[in-house]
Amino acid sequence: MSAATLETPGAALAAPRAESRRDRPRLPLRRLATRAAALGLGLLAWHLAASHRLDLGLVTFRTLPTPADVARAAWALAHSPKLGAHVGASLVRVLGGFLAALAAGIGLGLAIGRSRLAGDLLLPPLEVLRPIPAVAWIPLAILMFPSSEASMVFITFTGALFPILLNTVHGAEAASPRLVASARSLGAGRAAILREVVIPAALPSIVTGAAIGMGTAWFCLVTAEMISGQYGIGYFTWESYTLQNYDDIVVGMLLIGLLGMGSSVAVRAAGHLAMPWTRAGGRS
Amino acid sequence: MTGAYTEEPPAGRIAIAGGAIRLGGGAAAFEVVRDIDLAIPPRQFVCLLGPSGCGKSTLLGALAGHLALARGSLALDGEPVAGPHPERGIVFQQHTLLPWRRVLDNVAFGPKMRGVPRAERLAQAREFLALVGLADFADRYPSELSGGMQQRVEIARVLINQPRVLLMDEPFGALDAQTRLMMQEVLLDIWTRLPTTVVFVTHDIDEALFLGDRVLVMSARPGRILEDIPLAFPRPRGRDLVTDPDFVALKRRCLDLLRPRDGRPPLPRLTPLGLPLAGAA
Repeated sequence: MSAATLETPGAALAAPRAESRRDRPRLPLRRLATRAAALGLGLLAWHLAASHRLDLGLVTFRTLPTPADVARAAWALAHSPKLGAHVGASLVRVLGGFLAALAAGIGLGLAIGRSRLAGDLLLPPLEVLRPIPAVAWIPLAILMFPSSEASMVFITFTGALFPILLNTVHGAEAASPRLVASARSLGAGRAAILREVVIPAALPSIVTGAAIGMGTAWFCLVTAEMISGQYGIGYFTWESYTLQNYDDIVVGMLLIGLLGMGSSVAVRAAGHLAMPWTRAGGRS
Repeated sequence: MTGAYTEEPPAGRIAIAGGAIRLGGGAAAFEVVRDIDLAIPPRQFVCLLGPSGCGKSTLLGALAGHLALARGSLALDGEPVAGPHPERGIVFQQHTLLPWRRVLDNVAFGPKMRGVPRAERLAQAREFLALVGLADFADRYPSELSGGMQQRVEIARVLINQPRVLLMDEPFGALDAQTRLMMQEVLLDIWTRLPTTVVFVTHDIDEALFLGDRVLVMSARPGRILEDIPLAFPRPRGRDLVTDPDFVALKRRCLDLLRPRDGRPPLPRLTPLGLPLAGAA
């Protein structure tokens, strides 16, 4: 037995790992309980810190709402007509910025990944723009776009663009030269190689980039909605601060977190549907 | 079965004169094969036998059009080879099926590139899948098949283009011994039904002698053709052949030719695409 295991150490390990991956959706009850307890402990710590007006000198919880205050504020918001308007406005902006980033990121990424000239032309300016945070774009966005709605979409666009772009470049570069060569031997031209080989090979990377990009788009939302507007979750959060409505600040924050998480999950699920071959498993 | 769309059997005469191939760039460039003079008549099954790194796969890459000659000429049916073409189909050691396409769509890839309508090309693909004995696996993804099955699909995918030449780079080298023997018989069976010129690269003497009409033994790098051995064993060939005295005598001769002269360690394997890429599978 030992000889066989020594010869193929991977085989023995691979089988149970593949097994557990298939079973992932069903977590054992004990681990679910642990996770729920962790959330509960976090809430309890927050409650104690806020209700006892804990002051640690460096950081203070004196003016912070308790979880119960936040829950009441959330309940009130859920029953107010404002909620739909806020969420709807934010969704449109994030989706607009994200879709524009998806088109630009995949297009530029494929060009950079497959053509040295495109890489030399496009990468240097993009590398300069990449570290600029969304807040720093606000003045320029206001100057560049006559409509404040467009400038807000632009801010979320800058957030989503780079993760999508860089992951697409990485995926396109990783397309196997053997697959490309064999496709050429079967009669594929440049366009067919891009469509049949490079893009599907890059798709897993693109989906990862899109899920991260969706997260960063929500990340930039508060920044974007500071520009103006009357609606949007980011605007709601920022307005609550200026009105000293502290309960609503936390409600806004949590809402952004939930919506961001939900849309990243939706992007991954869409990617999963678009790549049925990754579910087939087995040898490659 | 393929007579329906083959009016005239494709020829497939290969002629190389004074062929040499260089790999690597600048000061690191070196000559892999040199002084290759070779004529292969249509529908001959030729095995290229040689030590690892001798340039037999490199020569195959030049026939496929993935590598260019540094000197000399290379022609198929009188036309110089310039770049890859479906009429010179190549099968690699590791399968190159598209992981995102089902087996049937992989086989139908060549006709799709030629613009054959979907229904027609899928019907053709079914025929060729049946030819390699995988009719029941049309809807699987390549990753769901065994190594031997993947190579069968690969062969079907190349043959559907009705190539004049079938180029094979140690196609069964990554399979276990049992499967390799079976695949050799499968290949001969397919070749009798769809005869094309075959150039088959291997470093396995038994494999070369069992399959070929002719074995070309190559020297260590820079690779030259040391010996051109015709094989007159009747077909169809069975496994008994390997114990035939003539077979054994030829095997001894090949072993002699392939014995390393100066005790140098074997060279790394080259590929039909040039130098092996670091970390590439």
